Amino acid sequence: MNLLLIGVLLALVAIAYQIGLSKSRNLAGKGNNSATLHSRPGYYGALVALWCGIPAFLILIIWNLVEPSILQHIIFNNIPASVSATLDEASRDVLIDRVQAIASGFGVTDQPAAYELAAAQQLAKFETIGSFAKLAIVISAGLGGLVWAKRHVSQQFRARNQVEKAINVGLILCSGVAILTTIGIVLSMLSEALHFFRFVSPADFFFGTEWNPGFSTSGNAEGSYGILPLIWGTLMVSGIALSVAVPVGLMIAIYLAEYASPNLRSWAKPTIEVLAGIPTIVYGVFALMVIGPFFKMIGETVGIDINATSALTAGFVMGIMIIPFVSSLSDDIITQVPRALRDGSLGLGATKSETIRQVVLPAALPGITGAFLLAVSRAVGETMIVVLAAGNSPLLHANPFEAVSTVTVTIVKQLTGDTDFASPQALVAFALGLTLFVITLGLNIIALYIVRKYREQYE
Amino acid sequence: MSSNTSPLDQNVLDPQVAAEQRKKRIQNSLAKRHRKEKAFRFAGFSAVMIGLAFVALLFGSILAKGLPSFWQSSMTVPVYFDPTIINVGAKPKPIAGETPAHFEERLVAWQTEMGMVDWDALIVNGIVAKDPALESQRDYLNSIYTSSEAYRLRDMVLENPSLIGTKDEIKFLADANVDVWLAGNIDRSLPDDQQQLDLEVRQIADQLKAKGIIENTFNTNLFVSPDSRSSPATSGLAGAFMGSLFMMLIVIIISIPIGVASAIYLEEFAPKNIMTDIIEVNINNLAAVPSIVFGLLGAAIFIGWMHLPLSAPLVGGLVLSLMTLPTVIITTRASLKAVPPSIRQAALGLGASKVQTVFHHVLPLALPGIMTGSIIGVAHALGETAPLLLIGMSAFVASVPATPLDQATALPVQVYLWQGNELRNFFEGRTAAAIIVLLALMIGLNSLAIWLRKKFEVRW
Repeated sequence: MNLLLIGVLLALVAIAYQIGLSKSRNLAGKGNNSATLHSRPGYYGALVALWCGIPAFLILIIWNLVEPSILQHIIFNNIPASVSATLDEASRDVLIDRVQAIASGFGVTDQPAAYELAAAQQLAKFETIGSFAKLAIVISAGLGGLVWAKRHVSQQFRARNQVEKAINVGLILCSGVAILTTIGIVLSMLSEALHFFRFVSPADFFFGTEWNPGFSTSGNAEGSYGILPLIWGTLMVSGIALSVAVPVGLMIAIYLAEYASPNLRSWAKPTIEVLAGIPTIVYGVFALMVIGPFFKMIGETVGIDINATSALTAGFVMGIMIIPFVSSLSDDIITQVPRALRDGSLGLGATKSETIRQVVLPAALPGITGAFLLAVSRAVGETMIVVLAAGNSPLLHANPFEAVSTVTVTIVKQLTGDTDFASPQALVAFALGLTLFVITLGLNIIALYIVRKYREQYE
Repeated sequence: MSSNTSPLDQNVLDPQVAAEQRKKRIQNSLAKRHRKEKAFRFAGFSAVMIGLAFVALLFGSILAKGLPSFWQSSMTVPVYFDPTIINVGAKPKPIAGETPAHFEERLVAWQTEMGMVDWDALIVNGIVAKDPALESQRDYLNSIYTSSEAYRLRDMVLENPSLIGTKDEIKFLADANVDVWLAGNIDRSLPDDQQQLDLEVRQIADQLKAKGIIENTFNTNLFVSPDSRSSPATSGLAGAFMGSLFMMLIVIIISIPIGVASAIYLEEFAPKNIMTDIIEVNINNLAAVPSIVFGLLGAAIFIGWMHLPLSAPLVGGLVLSLMTLPTVIITTRASLKAVPPSIRQAALGLGASKVQTVFHHVLPLALPGIMTGSIIGVAHALGETAPLLLIGMSAFVASVPATPLDQATALPVQVYLWQGNELRNFFEGRTAAAIIVLLALMIGLNSLAIWLRKKFEVRW
């Protein structure tokens, strides 16, 4: 029904365009001299089509949103109060399904009650009326818009300005979506986090050193909700990741920017950047199947107890993931350092490495710091690698060879369990998410500020 | 002290000696500096090699683990649809004056009766027909093939009851544990109590393999079947693939038009004021928000507030669209910026309006860049896992979704689910195979983007 209606409407819109087009061409007179018109004929067509389509589609959307609840209302109007008073949520749904099955002619296998038959009869009647009314109203709205707009088509009519205004409004609405997303993120997490803080005080959450939310179906806050072990785990994993990614990434950037032949650079740079495009779940599985067992084996031969899933495994693999991130950002920054600085240093007799270490890097330092902060924010928000490879043990300890848990892992764990969505065990995920959002937002703002400021310095 | 003064003394004494010594000192320090230079250069080169080695290790290990799983043990045996075993009445037909509900009730009763038939007996008969030596070991043969094959026979007959009484050669998949045993993915020297299969079954499997009845054939199930828990050997990616496809379609429908439109507005039309500054900062930050936060947004708004169905590709697609939006906006703005202002000035100078300039001249020139950016954004969304876990897409779904409102998983989520399966030595290969499929799709999308850029790129 709806698909048919949409098809009819689209056809109507196409016809409206043609009508606007041909009317304006007629106005232009013989030889299609569109100079006598204010706008080109296409704009008249587009305007008539807009007037035909937009109101009709809006009515259709609203109608479809409202219709189901009206029909339900009709069903319950026909059910005696003595019956409907005894219904709970599930049996209400069953009753609605049965009435709809009878109304559609499919029938039910047992003998339906009299009130069900009556309700079904009413429902069938209103469904038929409703669908005809919808058809009539939507199409007449389309036709009305068409006729109204067509009447306005004249030589002096400023069709182009109106169409362009409509386009402008459409573009503004689209760029509002990004704002709405941010507002949605902040508001949804804030409201759910506030729910959570009704169960657990913010002081206990932000300064508690024990994480053990327990499992509760009663909806009470049982166990302890201290975020510090999770933050500590996050910092440990990110620290390991950065101590892998920053030296390697920075050296890659330096070598490719300053030493490598154009040939090597042309294939090595994109090959290393492939690492940035690989989904994080693949890194997680890689950590679990290859790197974890490898570290465990090394630990056994050296005599240290290394867990296969540990802060070290997760951090190391995350480091591999961040390498291209660090290297391409640093590469951009290093190549932006002006030639004159290098030439000056080389001219005074410094070797290439001395020039890099004592002239280029200090000049690039602010930018590299920005890249570093962006890498930290990436590491802090990374989820799948730590879910698979960090081992999930939310304890405060400083041993990188043992399992840890991070903020992101805990969000996944608390929301994918069997807990009720309104229980503190699930709501805590939003408090954690809000914390994560604020941390990464802060890091990004500082990093973007530094990078931008640095760019201006040499421009 | 002495080391400081002695050259000076010598300098005074004999300028020639002093010059010689200075030269030597410089040479020494030069040698040291050159050594340092070499070491630094070598460190840089090693870093590049380490980076390349990681790429090679990642792809090498995934390929090594995953490629064998594209082949799987199976056997083709003659099946006789024995009417004495399939002892069920004819398929019911609608009777005049009966409601559709009553007819369906009778149809379901007939289907249930069909389900009670001992389909396994048909398969076992087939295996025995191929290798009569197994007649005495019929009881063990049930464990050779995977359990869902009996249901497959049932579904074949349900669809076409005229099969009863006929004979056909049908390919059956070996049980997952048999496949693990034959592929050597389990230590054959383990004692009986640690083996997943009975001694007899293992012997029969080896026998059938030696006789060439069990063969290693291409694993088509990986591509055409949904996930399965009761019968791991048939588990495939079809359900996850369709789920991902629906989500990508939603991402393309939502994030690309909206993203391109907002980029056009911000780059070409927006006045420079506080409002547009806020939007700009906001989009840059949105691009760096961890993906899991978008999952929380989806859980709170689409599921908690709007009550959209859990595990549906519709919700997943919406979440991924919001996640991809900033990427599309940023790349579109970059390619709009790359169109030289002279194009705009020429169009405006000839009397085009602002909208005409943008849509008739700037946008077509920026299109290759926009397409490249959008495809890369979609490829990124294809590989995203974390936000999908939070909106219930990690549920086990044993069917292929037909609409975006059905329950489904996605390819990366299927990887996540399989790596956690208890039947480790079977699913490790499947996990890697799923990763290969996922990476192949992503590489395909990215190559398309690179090809588009190479073909249509205009350098100004």
